[in-house]
Amino acid sequence: MVPELYRVQRVRQETHDTFTLELRPQSGAARLTFKPGQFNMLYIFGTGEVPISVSGNPTGATLVHTTRAVGRVTHVMSRLRAGDVIGVRGPFGAPWPIDLARGHDLVIVAGGIGLPPLRPVIYHVLAHRGDYGRVVLLYGTRTPEDILFRAELERWRARFDLELHVTVDRGTPSWHGNVGVVTSLIPKAPFDARSAFAMICGPEVMIRFTAMELERRGVGTDHIYVSLERNMKCAVGFCGHCQFGPHFVCREGPVFAYDRVEDLVHRWEV
Amino acid sequence: MKTLAELLATHPFFRDFSPEHLELLSGCASQQRVDEGDFLFREGEVAKAFYVVRHGSIAVTAVTPHQGLVTIQTLGEGDVLGWSWLVKPYRWHFGARALEPTVVVGLDAACVRGKCDQDSKFGYEMMRRFAQVMASRLEATHLQLMNVYENRS
Ligand SMILES: Cc1cc2nc3c(=O)[nH]c(=O)nc-3n(C[C@H](O)[C@H](O)[C@H](O)COP(=O)(O)OP(=O)(O)OC[C@H]3O[C@@H](n4cnc5c(N)ncnc54)[C@H](O)[C@@H]3O)c2cc1C
Ligand code: FES
Repeated sequence: MVPELYRVQRVRQETHDTFTLELRPQSGAARLTFKPGQFNMLYIFGTGEVPISVSGNPTGATLVHTTRAVGRVTHVMSRLRAGDVIGVRGPFGAPWPIDLARGHDLVIVAGGIGLPPLRPVIYHVLAHRGDYGRVVLLYGTRTPEDILFRAELERWRARFDLELHVTVDRGTPSWHGNVGVVTSLIPKAPFDARSAFAMICGPEVMIRFTAMELERRGVGTDHIYVSLERNMKCAVGFCGHCQFGPHFVCREGPVFAYDRVEDLVHRWEV
Repeated sequence: MKTLAELLATHPFFRDFSPEHLELLSGCASQQRVDEGDFLFREGEVAKAFYVVRHGSIAVTAVTPHQGLVTIQTLGEGDVLGWSWLVKPYRWHFGARALEPTVVVGLDAACVRGKCDQDSKFGYEMMRRFAQVMASRLEATHLQLMNVYENRS
């Protein structure tokens, strides 16, 4: 699959290390369509290609990705400016189960850079609010400075049809919100554990502890969905780079029902 | 007005506690108000009680060499605060300070330990619940120590 050329329309610095790119096809054609949870391979010319989930609105005009600069490619990417051109291949991967979850309570748990891949779910749910029961968003970051999409979170918190709780691992004197790990928000969150669907995205250790806490609360492992990330190359099931046990994450994932990967997840080294 | 046993019965920590055990426990209970900014207890003091939060919020604090007093956890309505009363030398490992006007029910440690010794079924029920509190705290500390958000993997 050949990358399509996209022009950077806007760059937004979200935190000291995380930025959002809004892209439009250079050709002027309509942007690619995607389902919440899917990712694209973003190709930075002369540097390399990385898988990044779509973080924007499924019905929005631009293609939006939010990336944390962690290494070679993402650091170069963080220096892109409006007008620059990159290559985009996609969309790839299995999406979040937004159709299966219809009619049920929804618990969305995000840790750190795990919020962007879940943001399209929130846009979708808010646009189809009547299709879902109670909707709870639990978000944990390291410090208050690491909170992504702050203005948007504040708007969401003001809504009566979305329960949002943010917590940080380390408070600062000016932070008056929750302090504690994101799992600590689960026991008291208002949802019906017997039927709710849960979607978890974040660092692997956080995913494991969150899934355990949800199980403890009574959520079935077949109703818990997690996003797993593995290094990728082809993104189309050829090269085997993304293998996780018997699974190819690029094709079968990144979103998996937890009962399919539970045993593998528990073998992750801490 | 509700009796202390009735108040305790509505708290999630005591969900499914038998009426007899609630009655037993309420003999050790007293309601307390804490003003915003006031300490319920400080790190190192003798742990004479544990608390269940009825309204408001509490910051669990620790004194660190470089940053001074830091909040390591916040607790609110429905939470239980403190397990140092359960293990020797019965001294608080952390401090607790109200973040807003807060109402707690305090359970006297010596009184509860005495009842646990007298009634082993009651004692087992308390230990089972506190084992969960301590396990959750340990898991949280584990996660915080790993600084999981620092790197993606
Ligand atoms: C399906 C999928 C969706 C993703 N979505 C996003 C997203 O929305 N936003 C975002 O910021 N990142 C996302 N990532 C992670 C992103 O792809 C990597 O951070 C990126 O590939 C790192 O490339 P680099 O050249 O900058 O870093 P490198 O120089 O390759 O590595 C730098 C450091 O990051 C670690 N690392 C590299 N890739 C990964 C990975 N995939 N998982 C865990 N650790 C890794 C390396 O071990 C190393 O410690 C996603 C990954 C996958 C597989
Ligand atoms: S990235 Fe090549 S098989 Fe998945």
